[in-house]
Amino acid sequence: MPPLKNPPASADWPQQIHAELKAAGIRIVAYVPDGGHKRLIELCHADRAMRAVVLTTEEEGIGLVSGAWLGGEKAVLLMQSSGVGNVINTLGMVKECRFPLVTLVTMRGHEGEFNPWQVPMGQATRVTLEAMGTIVHDASSAEAIQPTVNAALRLAYNSYASVAVLIAQHVIGIKSFQDQSAK
Amino acid sequence: MKAILHRREVVSSLLKNRKGLLVVAGLGSTAWDITAAGDHDLSFPLWGAMGQAAMMGLGLALAQPKRRVLVITGDGEMLMGIGAFATIGVQQPANLTVVVIDNARYGETGMQATHTAAGVDIAAIAKASLFRNTMTVTSRDRLSAVGKLIRQTKGPNLAVVKVVAEKIPLVLPPREGALLKARFRRALLGPSADGI
Repeated sequence: MPPLKNPPASADWPQQIHAELKAAGIRIVAYVPDGGHKRLIELCHADRAMRAVVLTTEEEGIGLVSGAWLGGEKAVLLMQSSGVGNVINTLGMVKECRFPLVTLVTMRGHEGEFNPWQVPMGQATRVTLEAMGTIVHDASSAEAIQPTVNAALRLAYNSYASVAVLIAQHVIGIKSFQDQSAK
Repeated sequence: MKAILHRREVVSSLLKNRKGLLVVAGLGSTAWDITAAGDHDLSFPLWGAMGQAAMMGLGLALAQPKRRVLVITGDGEMLMGIGAFATIGVQQPANLTVVVIDNARYGETGMQATHTAAGVDIAAIAKASLFRNTMTVTSRDRLSAVGKLIRQTKGPNLAVVKVVAEKIPLVLPPREGALLKARFRRALLGPSADGI
């Protein structure tokens, strides 16, 4: 099949996020892997101007981003919605110290979820973040991701805010265990 | 073996002539220890986020590869974030040293025994997590070796210093997080700390 002549601009949103991170001067990208972030993680690893840091658990990323900011460097954090539950207490430090923080969260436990164990944390992701003082931006379509990430980066670094972008589950498009393992 | 070193003397000795050393101290007694040694703009004492001292140190070390970074934390705080050893091991920051002041107790909550009291070996965990140099120190004459790790040796490095479990007076650093952050960045980065 020949390639599409005009692929939709939204098709490569991981690449668009990567471009936004570069434009904002992000040099460190910390992550706990998620299927939804697979391509972005690969792009960050392949970028010699960035350091992609794999974490054992998401709260390590809060320490890393905060320490990097103390040292004058900007870092962002990638995770799945389940990881939001792991960072709750450390978000207290982010709030108390007014560390700028951008967290890009791929959602599970929402539309069409196939793993019931994902649903409780997925449904609680927004209220959990908001309860800890993090501002939540929704990216509910592929087209919305780039401008939303751009806005989150500007809000965080201009206003010393903690901002999370929630990337909707239907954008990620994993519909079954088979899909997930095939990613 | 019964510990003989006293934590305040150990930390004061390690921070003597600290010059450009960047210091993060973990929640609790080690934050009071670095303050007793002399509060400093390039010290970041944690009042919360238990388990994150070593990761703060990693972030700082990656951001400032030309500076030496020291994390001083307790055994309980380090155990809470022990996965950080694996993350640091992957990144191999040459300028990072973690010193664990190990009294085998949770000192702020009633001196309950930590896992090291039963023999869990933090230095062995660090070694298995690809730290370049690890040591456990029980005597005063070995403190100079820890000082060398902190100032010169290519890291990541870890030293566990066994200390007496003792209740000593609190010496509290400034409490406001935003102040601690801003003073650290200004001292390190100068006027650019306030830019974007």
